[in-house]
Amino acid sequence: MELVERLLKGDKRAAARLITMVENNDPAVIAMLSEIYKYTGKAEVIGITGPPGSGKSTLTDKLTKLLRKQNKKVGIIAVDPTSPFTGGSILGDRIRMSDLNTDPGVFIRSMGTRGHLGGLALATLGAVKILDAYGLDYIFIETVGVGQSEVDIVKAADTVLMVMVPGLGDDIQAIKAGIMEIGDVFAINKADREGADRTKTEIEMMLDFNEGDWRPPVKKVVAIHNEGVETLLESIQRHRTYLEDTGELIERRSKNSEREILDLAQHSLMKKMVGTEEDKYEIKVFAEKVAKRKMDPYTISNEIVEKITNKKD
Amino acid sequence: MNRPIRVLVGKPGLDGHDRGAKVIARALRDAGMEVIYTGLRLTPEQIVQAAIQEDVDVVALSILSGAHNHLLPKVVDLLKSEEVYDEVLVICGGVIPEEDIPVLKEKGIAGVFTPGTPTQVTIDFIKENLKR
Ligand SMILES: Nc1nc2c(ncn2[C@@H]2O[C@H](COP(=O)(O)OP(=O)(O)OP(=O)(O)O)[C@@H](O)[C@H]2O)c(=O)[nH]1
Ligand SMILES: [Mg+2]
Repeated sequence: MELVERLLKGDKRAAARLITMVENNDPAVIAMLSEIYKYTGKAEVIGITGPPGSGKSTLTDKLTKLLRKQNKKVGIIAVDPTSPFTGGSILGDRIRMSDLNTDPGVFIRSMGTRGHLGGLALATLGAVKILDAYGLDYIFIETVGVGQSEVDIVKAADTVLMVMVPGLGDDIQAIKAGIMEIGDVFAINKADREGADRTKTEIEMMLDFNEGDWRPPVKKVVAIHNEGVETLLESIQRHRTYLEDTGELIERRSKNSEREILDLAQHSLMKKMVGTEEDKYEIKVFAEKVAKRKMDPYTISNEIVEKITNKKD
Repeated sequence: MNRPIRVLVGKPGLDGHDRGAKVIARALRDAGMEVIYTGLRLTPEQIVQAAIQEDVDVVALSILSGAHNHLLPKVVDLLKSEEVYDEVLVICGGVIPEEDIPVLKEKGIAGVFTPGTPTQVTIDFIKENLKR
């Protein structure tokens, strides 16, 4: 496939077009992703999440600039999971990263929710692989941390950076379930504001309840003034070393792959089950009969499963 | 495949505010498009590189500075030298003197929308003139 060859040679336009294909659920995309899979796995994938407006994009911009000084190539996938599933959206993360636009060693892509059949998490994973095969050393996935779907997106990263801001007290309580546990490194951004130390203490206290050998560092930063960013990057890179040294990297990636396999399988089963209007109509007809007690749902669902498992693509 | 139209909305040039760009960004969003909003004070190089990475169908630029005769053709030229002009529709909006419009069109800006143009006109123009 010509696009894949171009991608592997480092062609920016090919990378961009392939991500579009992933986003559009192009029928050719599965074959393409399976072709490039063996060239992936080299990039370090960092998930950046946290409340809306906490400074994730600003911080990503600064971290990227530092990595560029270390001669690393960087990809950024800015995902907006809050954009509506249907209808339009405005994706604005690039505003904070204008200077990176013209750096040939940086690739930034914005993704909205739209009708991703296989779910946004799968589309994001596809994009990560494309940028990995394209030859980037670091890939950031920025997404706002508010719910489960966002957690699923960043969980696929090797390292998760949680970006908090001072005075989040109650919010921390609200989001700690499910979200606090996934942070490997914490940044308290906007530390130029009052209350950064208290927030740090609060987060540290919550981390005291965590199990595991890795104690997530909590770092104060002021992203807009580029303060503390170097130390933060060191923490991120230290986490990476930890993952490699303890074998946890492969463990973590296995877990992610397990989820990915199941998600993909589920996606393809759903496609076989309700992929066409005809399929959907058929189920509606059954449903009516079930509602009228002319059939029972148990037999029907069994029959459907049997039918689709024998169905070829 | 029912994919949304992807549009980069940005504002080249040095003058200060981006009200016009925001208005058009919202209108395009409300029309179901996926808008990549890049903010203001962008150079033509930045706009073109962002357009490539985002693989957009449309580049919509808002301009007020009077530098349109210089900046807008520059964007087109760069898109051409990057070999993506054939796929990307370039339009602009802003205070642009009537007599400059034919010149801009000549230079590859497909649509020029002056203040007061109903946003629906711009939306329809995009839908009818997409290059892919
Ligand atoms: N005071 C202060 N403001 C900051 C700092 N970092 C970022 N900001 C501001 O916070 C606002 C939001 O920054 P973004 O980087 O867009 O935040 P974000 O988390 O990416 O936002 P979303 O993607 O919309 O959730 C901007 O106005 C930034 O200038 C900081 O260290 N201190
Ligand atoms: Mg952001």
